[in-house]
Order: sequence, then structure tokens, then C-alpha cells
Amino acid sequence: MSADTAIPVVRTLDYTGAERLTMNMGPQHPSAHGVFRAILTLEGEKVVAVDAVIGYLHRCHEKLAETLTYAQYPSIASKTDYVAAMTSELAYVMAAEEIAKIEVPKRAEYLRVLVAELQRIASHCLWLGTWCMDMGGALGGGATIFLYCIRERELVLDLFESLTGARLLYGFHQVGGVRYDVPEGWMEQCRQTIDLIDKRIDEYQEMLEGNAFFLMRTQGVGVISKELALDVGVCGPLLRGSGVAFDLRRVAPYSSYQDFDFRVPVETAGDCFARYRVRMAEFRESIKIVRQIIAGLPEGPISSRPGLKSVAQVRVPKGEAYTRVEGARGEVGCYLIGDGTAKPYRMKWRGASFSNLAVLPHIIPGHAVADVVAIMGSVDPVFGEVDR
Amino acid sequence: MTTSSIAVTGLIAGGAVLGALLGLVAYVTLLERKFAARMQSRIGPYRVGPHGLLQPIADGVKLLLKEDIIPTDADKRIFTLAPLVFVVPCLMIFATIPFAPGLGVADLNIGVLFFMAVSSMEIVGLFMAGWSSNNKYALISAMRAVNQIISYDLPFIMAALVPVLLTGSLKLSEIAHAQEGLWFIFYPVLGQLGFIAFIVASVAAENRVPFDILEAESELVAGFRVEYSGMKFAIIQLGEYAHVLGTSFLGSLLFLGAWAGPGPWWLGPGWFLLKALLIFLLITWVRWSFIRIRVDQILQISWKLLLPLTVLLVMATAVTVVMRSGTGE
Repeated sequence: MSADTAIPVVRTLDYTGAERLTMNMGPQHPSAHGVFRAILTLEGEKVVAVDAVIGYLHRCHEKLAETLTYAQYPSIASKTDYVAAMTSELAYVMAAEEIAKIEVPKRAEYLRVLVAELQRIASHCLWLGTWCMDMGGALGGGATIFLYCIRERELVLDLFESLTGARLLYGFHQVGGVRYDVPEGWMEQCRQTIDLIDKRIDEYQEMLEGNAFFLMRTQGVGVISKELALDVGVCGPLLRGSGVAFDLRRVAPYSSYQDFDFRVPVETAGDCFARYRVRMAEFRESIKIVRQIIAGLPEGPISSRPGLKSVAQVRVPKGEAYTRVEGARGEVGCYLIGDGTAKPYRMKWRGASFSNLAVLPHIIPGHAVADVVAIMGSVDPVFGEVDR
Repeated sequence: MTTSSIAVTGLIAGGAVLGALLGLVAYVTLLERKFAARMQSRIGPYRVGPHGLLQPIADGVKLLLKEDIIPTDADKRIFTLAPLVFVVPCLMIFATIPFAPGLGVADLNIGVLFFMAVSSMEIVGLFMAGWSSNNKYALISAMRAVNQIISYDLPFIMAALVPVLLTGSLKLSEIAHAQEGLWFIFYPVLGQLGFIAFIVASVAAENRVPFDILEAESELVAGFRVEYSGMKFAIIQLGEYAHVLGTSFLGSLLFLGAWAGPGPWWLGPGWFLLKALLIFLLITWVRWSFIRIRVDQILQISWKLLLPLTVLLVMATAVTVVMRSGTGE
């Protein structure tokens, strides 16, 4: 480790030494959140170094995008962050629209925001459940919270199913608008679901924050200082949990976010508990936005382009664009170069989980083994988005 | 009675208790699964037999038929021996428990002491399993096991001493008889505090959530039993549940008046079982509600909070007993 680097380079750490044990956590591990591999160096229970290994879920997404047309790829884009599939679809079609200067009707913009916020709720439900399961055990109280959260997530997925016909990977967005309009009675179902989740979130918050063990496990654990957060480039709830009020929906409004009234929750402690508080507040804000859309969804067409008849129907002129959206895990960016054909020349993803994961080697050393899973869970990575 | 006839009666009684116990342990797992399922708005086992009643048998058969894997680098003799060393103390704790007046294998005059001594011996089996598996998860789990069980056996013993002091005997049947007027849990202040301390310490000594850092499947996969499969795994599970059940019986004997209850005398064992299952469900309720706490926090709770408090409680009980007998004489 050289003395002049501000942030220690972990790969050059010495694994040998008295009483040191190298333990492999992952890629097959109950709390690997997919296929994360952490090579931990332990001194007793204390972690002195962590070497994060990624790449087990690489599927050549960016190369694949060059071989698929603008009409085909949105439903594949879902598969980068499969827990919040609506996010990356939106980033992709926004990039294509920016190059081709395609207008999007108001109703479509509102529907995009609607599904994005419902997706955030669904994604945070899964995060809360899995995080508590990391700390509480699949054979204990953690599993109880997990099943409660999954129950709520299912309700949102039911909404998506009746909207798009799919429960996980949607293909809802298309260049110029959205593919499906809301079916009859859907808005009422949506309102009931939102009301129910709003009520249940209060219950979970009470259940967790009234629990001394939960506070012991989360407060002061995995602190990301404001400086470290900015240096490493974490985003989303991690950044806001460290005291930086940065939310793309507010800082650089896209789609129709400027029309809605919502708050950007910020906590200053930077620990697991702060990130939890931020996400719990985001549940509330998403619910608020969804309610505003239900109250005032404008009439009109859902797409400025005709319905899709052939895969090569959408042609994007020469040009390039970078668009970014605030996903459930943070900033999801899509860099797209069009060459005048129906397929992009080049596409590049900026995954929120990828940059968030980079903070792990800086905050894990010094904590106990049990905290590793708590910190991992609070970062909320989805490996489809890390490895792409 | 001749020595041989004592030996024969002992064998028969022991066999009967063991047989009943194994059946009970199997069905207690079903009870826990059903109870947990209801807590989590699920149904629980439902497919095997009516309402899943045959599920424990299916589980047992499955585990019997599974391949028994011994890792190449494991210490084979110790690896094979460990489940036995673990399960024997867990089953032996039932030896001193009288299920009704005069109905028990051995009503020793040091019953409580025997229970404590034997139940803390399971740690040897745990450590053997963790060490011989030659697996890092198992090793860390075994280290945690030694830490935790030693830390929590002390407050556990202290909490169990409260009824012992109130009775003036270590003999379990005498403790039960002493509660015929007033169950010790209703004994002002001391009884309730003793019961709470007993439950907390027993949850920890049984390695159940929130103190299940040995198993800790989100960190250590399955802890000390990560390499065990088939019947060896089943034996370890059996031992764990037997331990939980034994502690529940002890709790109901020490604090809930054992077989005392309305109805004719022969309902006694039924009441005893019911009370023990209530304690079991209480422990299960805790298990499925809390999240796990960290090793250092567990040790802090034990040494800085629970142990001093239980020692104070025992001293307060002793003072009460002395004052009570002082006024009586």
C-alpha cells in the first residue's frame, strides 16, 4: 500500500500473519445477494481486509445491445437490474429519444413516472426483506419480515402483471412512449394497493425501530463518510444516507418529475441505519407521487409513434446521448450512439449497484463477520446490474 | 429391590421415556413449523397427511435415506463421533425430570445440578463437530459456541437457583411439590424476574434466534453442522430440539408448578406437557420475531447485564428465604 494514495488499495493486502484466516464468502453463499464473492481476511471475528470479486453474472449486455434493434432491446434492458426492471428500460428509451429528438406525450410521461415509482416501492420491499433476513436469519425473525415484504411486493407485481402481462421483466417502455395503457379498474386497484402498503410500512418501521436488537445491529455500522461517498462515487440511498442531497429526480428532472411534489430524504449519519431511514422515507415519497398521478393522469395518446409492427421500425439518426435516471439503487445511466440504422452502434450502462459496491472494501474492514452481511445488505446490490 | 431389578426397571423406564421423547421431538418440529407459518401468514406443512401431520415422519425417512457425506479432509473419527457426543447429553437431561409424582427415570436428590451439568456438556460435541469438519465456517461457529454457551450457562444456572432456594432442595419432585400452593412464577417479584431471566438465558443456551450465532446461516451458512448430511445431521437436529424441549420441561417444573392443574391427578402429566409446550411456543415466538445479534453484543448482554442481575436475584431470594424462616422459628 503506497503512502500517497488517499484511499487504500485493498488488493495489495497481506493475507498472511499470525492468527489470520482467509475465508471465502460467496459466490455461493446465503447472503451473497446473487453471486458476490468476498474474500475476507479475519483476525478472530474481526475482518481486517476484504477483496471483492465480481463478474460471475456477466452476460455481455452491452455487446448484445448492438445486435438488437431499438424496438427489441428495452425488454432485454430489464434484465440488467432485474429487481427494478422498469428503471433501465426507461434510461434506454430516453437515450434513443434524445438522439432522435422524439417527443413523448404527457400521458406516457406520467405513466413512466407511475411505473418507476411503483417499481421503487417493489424494489425497496425486496431490499427490506432480504436485508432483515441477512441480519435475522432465514430461520428466525428475519424470515418473518422477509415474507411480509414479499407479500407487499407481490401486490405491486400483480399491478404490473395486469398492466404489461409480466411480473419481473416488463418491456413496458418503447421509444416515443409506453407500450400499454392502463386497463379498466387498474387505477382503483393501484390506489388500494398503495393505501395498504402505506399502512404496512408504518407497521414494519414500528416493528424494527422498536426493537433494540435491530438498532444495535444497524446504528454505527458501516459508516460511509460524506467525503468517502463523494470520492468513491456512490449514489442513490447510500449517498443520501451520508448527508448529500442528490437525487436526479430533483437535481436534473427527467420525464415529468418536475410536475410532482415530493421530498428528497437525507440522513447524515452514513451508517446502515441511516440508509434504512432514507429508504423507508423513499417508500413514503414514492407513494405520494403515485397518489398524485392517480389523481391527475392526463388524457391523450400513450405514444408519439405508431404501435410496433416490425422490429426494425424505430430508426435513430447519427448521434450520441447519455441519459440518467434515479433508480431504486441510485443513478442508472445509458450511453447510446446511434448510426442511422435500427440498431445502436454502441451502448454502455452505468449501473448504480456497480459504483455502490466499490465502497465495500473501504467500510467493511474493522467490522465483525456478522456486520459484513448487514453492510452488504444495506448497500442493496443487484448483480445483474453490477456485471451486466 | 435387588441391584439387577433396579437395573431392569431403569432400563425399561429409560427406554419408555426415550421412545416417547423421540416422538415428541419429531412432532414439536411440526408444531414449530405450523406456528411460525401462522406468524408469517403462511400455511406451513400441509401435503403429507391431513394438515401435514405425517410431515415429521416423511422428514425422518428422507434424512435416513440421504447419502452420508464425510469430507475428504475431515477428521473422520471425531466427525462421526461428534453427533453422538452432542445428542447424548441432550437426551440425558430428561432422566431426572419427573413427569408426574413418582413417574420419572431417576428422581435424583441433585436433580437440578444434574440437569445443568449434563446440558452444558453438549458443548463438547459442538466443538468436536466444528473442529473436525475442517471447514472455516464450522471452525468459527465452534469458537462462537464455546464463547456463548459458557457465557449463558452461568445466568441460566443462577435463574434456576431461584426456585431451588425457595424450595430448599435440588430434587425436582420436591420443587414441584413445593409449588402446590403457589407456583413460583406468581411468587412476588422474584418469581417473575427469575422466569424472565430463565427464558432469556435458555434461549441463548439453546442457540436459538436472536442468539443463534452458531448457526448464523446468513454468515456461516450452517455453522458447525455445515458439513453434516443425512442421519448425522438429523441426530444433531434431534439433539437441539431435545435440548429445547428439556429446558421447556425444566422451566415448567421450576416456575409453572409442573403437574399441578385442575382436574383429577392423572391429568397431571398432561398439564405438565401443556405447560412445557407453552414455554416452547414462547421461545419459538421469540425466535421468529427477532433478528440475530452480534457475538460481542451477546457476550456483553451476558456478562454485563444478565449475570450481575441474576446473581443479585439469587442473593435477594436467599435473603427472602432467610427472613421468612427467621420469622417462622
